[in-house]
Amino acid sequence: MTAVAEERNVAEARPSSHRLAELIFRFRELGIVLALIIVVGATAIDNHLFLSATSLQNLLSSASIIALLAIGETIVIVTRNVDLSIGSVLGISAYAVGVLYRDHPHISIGLVFLAALGIGVVCGVVNGAVVTLARVPSLVVTLGTLYIIRGIDGAWAGGNQVNSSMLPENFNKIGYGTLAGIPYLGIIAIVAVAIATYAMRSFRTARDLYAIGSDPEAARLAGIPVGWRVFLAFVLSGAIAGLSGAVWLSYYGSVDAIAGVGYEFQVIAAVVVGGVAIFGGSGTVLGAALGALLLNTINSALVVVNVSSFWSSAVAGAMLIGAIAFDRLIAVRVAPSLRSRRRRRG
Amino acid sequence: MAELEDMKPGDEAGSRRPMRESLGLFVRWEALLLVLLGCTILYGASVSPYFLQKSSLFYICLNVGEVAIMALPLTLIVVTGEIDLSVASMLGLCGVAMAELFKHGWGIWPAMIVAVLLGAVLGGFNGFLVTRVGLPSLAVTIGTLTLYRGIAQGILPTDTIGGFPSHLTNIGVLPVPGTRIPYSILFFGALAVVFAVVLHATPLGRRIFAIGAGQEAAFFAGIRVKRIKFWLFVLSGMLSGFAGVLWSLRFASARYDSAIGMELVVVTIVLLGGISIFGGRGTIAGVVIAVAVLGCLQTAMTDDQIPAQDQNIVVGALLIASVILPNAGELYRRARARLRSAEARRHAAAAIQSEGP
Repeated sequence: MTAVAEERNVAEARPSSHRLAELIFRFRELGIVLALIIVVGATAIDNHLFLSATSLQNLLSSASIIALLAIGETIVIVTRNVDLSIGSVLGISAYAVGVLYRDHPHISIGLVFLAALGIGVVCGVVNGAVVTLARVPSLVVTLGTLYIIRGIDGAWAGGNQVNSSMLPENFNKIGYGTLAGIPYLGIIAIVAVAIATYAMRSFRTARDLYAIGSDPEAARLAGIPVGWRVFLAFVLSGAIAGLSGAVWLSYYGSVDAIAGVGYEFQVIAAVVVGGVAIFGGSGTVLGAALGALLLNTINSALVVVNVSSFWSSAVAGAMLIGAIAFDRLIAVRVAPSLRSRRRRRG
Repeated sequence: MAELEDMKPGDEAGSRRPMRESLGLFVRWEALLLVLLGCTILYGASVSPYFLQKSSLFYICLNVGEVAIMALPLTLIVVTGEIDLSVASMLGLCGVAMAELFKHGWGIWPAMIVAVLLGAVLGGFNGFLVTRVGLPSLAVTIGTLTLYRGIAQGILPTDTIGGFPSHLTNIGVLPVPGTRIPYSILFFGALAVVFAVVLHATPLGRRIFAIGAGQEAAFFAGIRVKRIKFWLFVLSGMLSGFAGVLWSLRFASARYDSAIGMELVVVTIVLLGGISIFGGRGTIAGVVIAVAVLGCLQTAMTDDQIPAQDQNIVVGALLIASVILPNAGELYRRARARLRSAEARRHAAAAIQSEGP
């Protein structure tokens, strides 16, 4: 992409369709924002209550959790791997937080988030260690841990449920509180996305992740410790999923053994819609977070226009496929224009 | 899947011989599987006195019938280096489609045929996206896993459709006359023979292995890589649709969440069966033994009163183990080499220090 940006000035005599394709490719975030405006606008015309403050706050809050998870998933997918276990990590961490509060009602909130983080890190370490040490495709490993962690969660929780009456007020407030009209969850997500965007753009370690995703072999030859970086990506993804578990519980208020089932697919769809290449090597956290917001907005919009919410998973799947097909189409159209330009300059 | 293979450092790629080859004929992967099968049967016999009785064969087979049928085409897909994670969702959607048609006055036979054809179309969509649009099968089938299940849920959100003719739903409670084998395993057996012959004794089978061993090389050798892959995805969809029909008849009802999460078991069977996740290697015989292992294991665990969700811990661990184990020999060698070089460095450092002053 940087090469494309540098050559932006030299590109005059290109067919307009190629220029359009490049524009779309470069301004993916802009495209998502446009799509968001269209969806919100169309839904608001149908039902003006969609733009009410409560509705928007709910929308932002529920999108925040997917957006948080999307940060971790982006970090992993950028390295040309995938983490399917995040929904299960979120579930077990949420239940652990619930049990902590049930058994020790006066525990400090910092300690609770530390526990959630710890559980996430442990899961991430397991995923990362198996993927990097045993050199096994992450798809298989995390498909396995998806069910293993969920199974442990199920064995632990059984049919039990922790509900909001067992949770202290200051914890629940994270889920529903607002600051100047913006829900706390939204603020958390925005801050997290901002930090992650900065880190992924500026930190050397983060740039290594992109290098690994573009070409693992070249990255290794360039002296990047590929194994450690991929391990780190999985640990970060696990840690974020663990923290998201605590946030999830504060928003939904009650937790049982099926918390977060199927979130991995929503999150992967959001990440890919947000322009993160499934082949690794490119994409931004900001795009992924916007993808999460778009997906959530569409799901809420469906309910408002009286389409059953049971279709939401079909929408996520269709958007995932649409996004990767779209990316592919753009890549195929952009490639010849890049090649011809290189010839002209050379 | 092919792009994941790039994660291996190149200079070791040549020396990465899986254990099952380096240990030679004595300890083939299939032999290890037979030992595992024996252990599973012993476990089953130890938890339930009924496990070894003839009648339990029927239930062991019944539990894995549909999954086993879906494992066969997935085997071929994995051998070509691709993956299909959407099999369980296709099963669910085809079952729902059959039931909806039946509810709207179709005959049961036309409904069943349409369900199988729908499966072929769904698989064809996967195949089209993978081969013609050029998308990675992992991403495509994660997408269609969600999409197909979502469509099934949209069509049939909370209801259950039943009322199929009892002479057909009997396949879930009665074995094939004169035997103790359920119908689904009869179909699986017949299909397994066909798949084994095709994969191991025909030019098509050799082409499938060639694609998995090296896609580019296969292409330049004149093999129609895309066409073969496309039809394998169609086949996978068709047999998943067929499994959906069998599943709905067995439970005498169709729900949107039929066999949800079952892709775990199907993928586990294929990889436990010794099919390399990197493509190009494996046998149908291994997959058939893996089906037996999973069938015995699940029935034994159910006899042991282990709840279904806890069983997933074991199956998931088995999945991860079955991809780690083939690499175990190589991992061991690599660890030993690293230890040795570290020791050599220590010695060298000590030697320099003693010479120094």
